[in-house]
Amino acid sequence: MKLADIRDLLRAEVISGGDRLDIEIRSCCGADLMSDVLAFTKEQTMLLTGLTSPQVVRTAEMSDLVAIVFVRGKRPGQPVIELAGEVGIPLLATEYPLFEACGIIYQHGIRGTAPREGWQRAENE
Amino acid sequence: MSEQGVNLEFTLAKYDFDGAGQASSKLKRLLQQIGVRPEVIRRIAVSAYEAEMNVIIHSQGGKMLAVITPGQTVLEFVDSGPGIADIEKAMTEGYSTAPDHIREKGFGAGMGLPNMKRCADQFDISSTVGTGTRIKMSFNH
Ligand SMILES: Nc1ncnc2c1ncn2[C@@H]1O[C@H](COP(=O)(O)OP(=O)(O)OP(=O)(O)O)[C@@H](O)[C@H]1O
Ligand SMILES: [Mg+2]
Repeated sequence: MKLADIRDLLRAEVISGGDRLDIEIRSCCGADLMSDVLAFTKEQTMLLTGLTSPQVVRTAEMSDLVAIVFVRGKRPGQPVIELAGEVGIPLLATEYPLFEACGIIYQHGIRGTAPREGWQRAENE
Repeated sequence: MSEQGVNLEFTLAKYDFDGAGQASSKLKRLLQQIGVRPEVIRRIAVSAYEAEMNVIIHSQGGKMLAVITPGQTVLEFVDSGPGIADIEKAMTEGYSTAPDHIREKGFGAGMGLPNMKRCADQFDISSTVGTGTRIKMSFNH
């Protein structure tokens, strides 16, 4: 699925990085705890979050995440938008809350990053 | 790159949330220029960032030192206290003393130290209450 499809599904506004809507999204992660993101995501993952601090962009940069969607109508400030521009990570914003936004994307076939054997097994059963 | 490698040093200030991540970001860019494998860079960047955040959040401030040679990257974080009384407990997944205002910024899951240990090829932590904490991590390229 392309980032442009995610934008359409979530009726999201593209805050920045509009020239990169053709990137491929392979998996997603919904989280407000950055250490969980740093510990459990794979590269090529898109992050959905309700946090708008610069640390969200830094976390995405370090973990090689490919895009960030802010949920619940939250908007980052100008410094965060600039930082995302510097590190080349597109930013989107949707009115959907985190649970709904994740649910919509999941319904369209995108999966999580399945880091732990426990729930990888559960999915296969 | 010469055999002596490249040395970097960054100062990390307490509660500097605007500057947080700059050191790890510069390190990551340098490793990309050198041509280290992306999978290795990712482990180094994640560990550096977790350690950087810990110094900024939990300590009075400190520094990050990086020595990059052709074969490996060695990171050292030294801070000026308060130190960690029970390292074993601090290394447990989910253990955190981060206050609410830190959690609101997205930290305080208690995953940082275990994550560093998992990412690094060698991980060493020592701490003295009242003096400070020192973390040394090595990553083979
Ligand atoms: N440099 C440090 N100085 C003093 N205490 C520290 C330091 N680093 C970690 N600690 C202590 O160890 C605990 C666990 O650290 P860890 O990085 O695993 O989790 P955290 O920082 O609380 O949350 P997270 O890293 O998930 O955001 C911290 O809550 C803190 O009490
Ligand atoms: Mg931490």
